[in-house]
Amino acid sequence: MNDHVLPPIKGSGGDVASQDKKQSWFYSDIVKEHFFNPKNFLDRDIKEGEFNAMGKVGSPACGDELKVWLNVGEDEKILDFKWKTFGCGSAIASTSIASVMVIENGGMTLSEARKIKPQDIMKRLGGLPQRKFHCSVLCDKALRDAINDYYRRTDQIDKIQVEAARIIDPVSKVTDRDIEEAVLEGAITLEAVQKKTKAGVGNPGVLPAIEELIRFYKDKYFG
Amino acid sequence: MANREVYLDHAATTPIDERVLGSMRPFLLENFGNPSSFHMMGKVVRDAIDDAREKVAVALGARPDEILFTSGGSESDNLAVLGVARAHIEHGKHIVSLRTEHQAVAEPLYHLEKKEGFEVTYVDVDREGLVDAQAVIDAIRPDTTLVTILYANNEIGVIQPISEIGNKIQKMREETKTRYPLFHTDACQAVGTLEVDVNKLHVDLMTINSSKIYGPKGVGALYVHRGIKLRSLQFGGAQERGIRPGTENVIGIVGFGTAIEIAAEEREQYNEKVTPLRDYCIEQLLSVIPKTRLNGHPTKRLANNVNISFMDVEGEALLLYLDASGIYASTGSACTSASLDPSHVILALGLPYEVAHGSLRFSLGRSTTKEDIDYLVATLPALVERLRKISPVSVDEKYFR
Repeated sequence: MNDHVLPPIKGSGGDVASQDKKQSWFYSDIVKEHFFNPKNFLDRDIKEGEFNAMGKVGSPACGDELKVWLNVGEDEKILDFKWKTFGCGSAIASTSIASVMVIENGGMTLSEARKIKPQDIMKRLGGLPQRKFHCSVLCDKALRDAINDYYRRTDQIDKIQVEAARIIDPVSKVTDRDIEEAVLEGAITLEAVQKKTKAGVGNPGVLPAIEELIRFYKDKYFG
Repeated sequence: MANREVYLDHAATTPIDERVLGSMRPFLLENFGNPSSFHMMGKVVRDAIDDAREKVAVALGARPDEILFTSGGSESDNLAVLGVARAHIEHGKHIVSLRTEHQAVAEPLYHLEKKEGFEVTYVDVDREGLVDAQAVIDAIRPDTTLVTILYANNEIGVIQPISEIGNKIQKMREETKTRYPLFHTDACQAVGTLEVDVNKLHVDLMTINSSKIYGPKGVGALYVHRGIKLRSLQFGGAQERGIRPGTENVIGIVGFGTAIEIAAEEREQYNEKVTPLRDYCIEQLLSVIPKTRLNGHPTKRLANNVNISFMDVEGEALLLYLDASGIYASTGSACTSASLDPSHVILALGLPYEVAHGSLRFSLGRSTTKEDIDYLVATLPALVERLRKISPVSVDEKYFR
């Protein structure tokens, strides 16, 4: 299927020096390849019965929104994976490469796909700038949302797995684990945690809960 | 395709003018003395600084002793806001400003609020970013010591009625028979294109810098009206009347003097060249690309500023696609691109996050040609289209009609 492959972009640039000069370029060659020539995105209307699961994470208010569609076949293998995203370069690239990972070699099973971690996606991309990691690698979350949707549609309610971590912000789907990790990486103010996770950006109702968690983990790890 | 390079980020910084470079050259190797030294090597350099100070003063209609050289716009803003606030505490701890200020004003204000017990009133701007002069006056209280308002916004180019506000403040002070409030404006984007005579603007303090007017980076100035008390931010020398101690950035100051002299001389010719290109660029982009919105005011606008939201796409992704095509623009303010938050300026206009996320700034310069704009107009639609194909978002049309 070639309907989703764009012709390569003209010119050979695309490198942008990072602000802090700690790295000479923002993005690796693999990131650039997937950013400029994203794979498997949905650029047409969906045909009836083409997909049997859909997942979503984020909102434009967070700066990133991602929707994924799956076609799950026999043996719970993912035969097709399509996506759409409103997001920055690394959001586009990480989703593109995750879609490749999921359907290559005949497709992952749902239980294999559920185990994909942001770290796995980042590794395949050859790294991402630190500040881009937490906020722009959303595909694993959207994928798990879609897997649950598949089980819901096929009446296998017992196989639905609610995220082990508790979702704190239903819009950005940031969990208490995400916040814990951000604090461990040194983000001990609301602003710093938001920079890393986008928790509560555009959803101010959850800010008190986020602040409470930051205080909790800060005390836990840094006394 | 041969990769054409089009620099449309002049509001971030400009290249150094050849004439500016020429004036700086003697101070790189031959005239290296310290201006504070009591010998001929020092005096030559001291004279050059005095000469540059004179040029800056002339450009602003000020006296040379009212010009303090700094490391740039950000330092001047910090010195104005913190310096005035801290030196006039006996009169009050209230400041009036806008939500659309540059970070170099916004952050010191935030610091004063959070750490030093000040109160700041932020006057609302309208959908086009413009503030009503009377609304600023109405926000002033008996304990207000400072009003600080950005002359021309660095992101959306809107020009505030500084002279009108200044005039009203002056009348107010005559009535109340006090020196308060003091009035500061950041005019970094205004020099070389707008009226910057401090007497006509009725300002007490004004921030300007060199790297946006074809001068070297790392140098700026703060105009401080004679007799106004400022609390210093650093200590350790008598330079700049002890308010800004440290050996002067001689090469930078000399270049700044030349740059501001040229900018003032060529102001009319610059505006005549750049304004029609700006309007052509806006008209073309809005008509060629659907679902777009001009941010800022259509006419009360910097001659070189184009700021457009492209609905349903994310600005950084678009910026990187443009970069790959050799077009260099900016998402909002370059100072904030290390953060991932959308532009605080566009949010302050009452627009939603997704509109702010999709905004790009194109800022023209002396060397920008119609061919440059045509290249942008020829390149951009396909890139926007490409990202819209990937995007699941559809912004409500009330935000771009």
